[in-house]
Amino acid sequence: MSELFNTLSYYFTYPFVRYAMIVGLLIALCSSLLGVTLVLKRFSFIGDGLSHVAFGAMAVAAVVGVTNNMLIILPVTVISAILLLRSGQNTKIKGDAAVAMISVGALAIGYLLINLFSKSANIAGDVCSTLFGSTSILTLTVSEVWLCIGISAVVIAVFLLFYNKIFAVTFDENFSKATGIRANAYNLMIAVITALIIVLAMNLVGSLLISALIIFPALSAMRVFKSFRSVIICSAVISVFCAALGIILSILFSTPVGSTIVAADIVVFFVFSLIGRIKS
Amino acid sequence: MSVQLKCEKAVLGYDNNVVSEQIDFSVSRGDYLCVLGENGAGKSTLMKTLLGLTPLMGGSITFCGDMAQNEIGYLPQQTQVQRDFPASVREIVQSGCLNRCGLRPFYNREEKEMARSAMEKLGITDLAKSCYRELSGGQQQRVLLARALCATRKMLLLDEPVTGLDPKAAREMYELTAKLNREEQVTILMISHDINAITYATHILQIGKTQQFFGTKDEYLKSRIGQAFLCNFGEEGSSDVGTL
Ligand SMILES: Nc1ncnc2c1ncn2[C@@H]1O[C@H](COP(=O)(O)OP(=O)(O)O)[C@@H](O)[C@H]1O
Ligand SMILES: [Mg+2]
Repeated sequence: MSELFNTLSYYFTYPFVRYAMIVGLLIALCSSLLGVTLVLKRFSFIGDGLSHVAFGAMAVAAVVGVTNNMLIILPVTVISAILLLRSGQNTKIKGDAAVAMISVGALAIGYLLINLFSKSANIAGDVCSTLFGSTSILTLTVSEVWLCIGISAVVIAVFLLFYNKIFAVTFDENFSKATGIRANAYNLMIAVITALIIVLAMNLVGSLLISALIIFPALSAMRVFKSFRSVIICSAVISVFCAALGIILSILFSTPVGSTIVAADIVVFFVFSLIGRIKS
Repeated sequence: MSVQLKCEKAVLGYDNNVVSEQIDFSVSRGDYLCVLGENGAGKSTLMKTLLGLTPLMGGSITFCGDMAQNEIGYLPQQTQVQRDFPASVREIVQSGCLNRCGLRPFYNREEKEMARSAMEKLGITDLAKSCYRELSGGQQQRVLLARALCATRKMLLLDEPVTGLDPKAAREMYELTAKLNREEQVTILMISHDINAITYATHILQIGKTQQFFGTKDEYLKSRIGQAFLCNFGEEGSSDVGTL
């Protein structure tokens, strides 16, 4: 046990491990805040679609060879979020089919581009790490860490400032609209913030696992707690806890960071389901 | 009596499909208007159009005096709230005050007080901390009515508020709205199939493909169309006809 502890404190002398921890916790916090709304609004599918778009954008960035790939990924994902939200609202075009089309399309094109143009010797490894985020969190530069802190601050601030409006629009969109709340504007805001979180979270868990990071803490909290506020607080706590645990375990046992975090989230989900079952 | 709402030659529908047309009526402060019509006649569509949720296809709807479109409280026919939505009663009632907040992120003392008094009026004060989804149908309707009251003191639109309630809860719901109408001068527009709703109404609007009747309750009961409506209930063996 103390040996494990020594290993851990040894690792934490490295700045990149500390960066990973900071960024990991921030991402976990942000994604859990919006997770509740996304699950309740049945927007989880948008999260999933966007993460694939972000993967496609990353592939394009890699091919074009820009030094800071965020410059491409961030705007592309935000714009897709806006488009997907609009198609989701339009009941005539089946919203989920449009999302599925875009997300699978982005995935395929992204992989194709990487295969055609990448100069890297280890294509499979690159793709794998983009999809599952195996190592990128441990190779963050200082500027990436600051970018992450900045975006997280924006997400948290917006969430706190518009908390009541987000609740109202999530609970009953028609009533909000009828009483003069600009529900569509808030929906747009939610979609854009979701896009930001997804771009951030790609570093941590990779694009395939982002949905898990967003959804599991919210679902766990909803098993046990009954008010919106307590669910949000609980899911934030769960998410941060699981991220910390996942990062530490992955360092100790050299497992992939993203999957370890998601595994921790899944375990918590089952524990909370059990608690909810017993309570009721 | 000051007119609050005027609807002239209104055409209702969705994307070029007309549901109902030639809707002509007006509502004054303190009125209790009961909207009747068959299933699919366009009653809910009328409400959504009044609220600005569905665009008007023709004619005009005007809000007069100190009344504005976003000052209507609304009790939807079926809240599309998911069964698993975690929200406490207080959170929901307070959300009715949101249109007063503007850009201010939190509710102030006055708004919290409004929510408290709305809950008191509807007798749900002791449920404030309860979870909405675990309440009975009647309690849920009261919560939504309290929320609507927070949004306005002028006009409430209620779309089939007693559907799915047992007779006792339904009667309580009608009495509550009648009390709000009587004591607080809240204008009520209510859709209902139920003959009990008419008991409290001052005016009746009946719509179909076109408008079939608009006038006071007494006129309605004397009219041929009103007689036909009552007959229906007589055949179904309702004992409440006598109370009209
Ligand atoms: N969102 C919608 N889009 C298109 N048509 C609709 C929509 N909602 C209702 N309708 C149609 O409009 C007609 C009137 O519906 P509604 O106003 O709900 O009737 P009701 O009088 O029973 O409340 C129905 O034929 C229904 O199919
Ligand atoms: Mg209806």
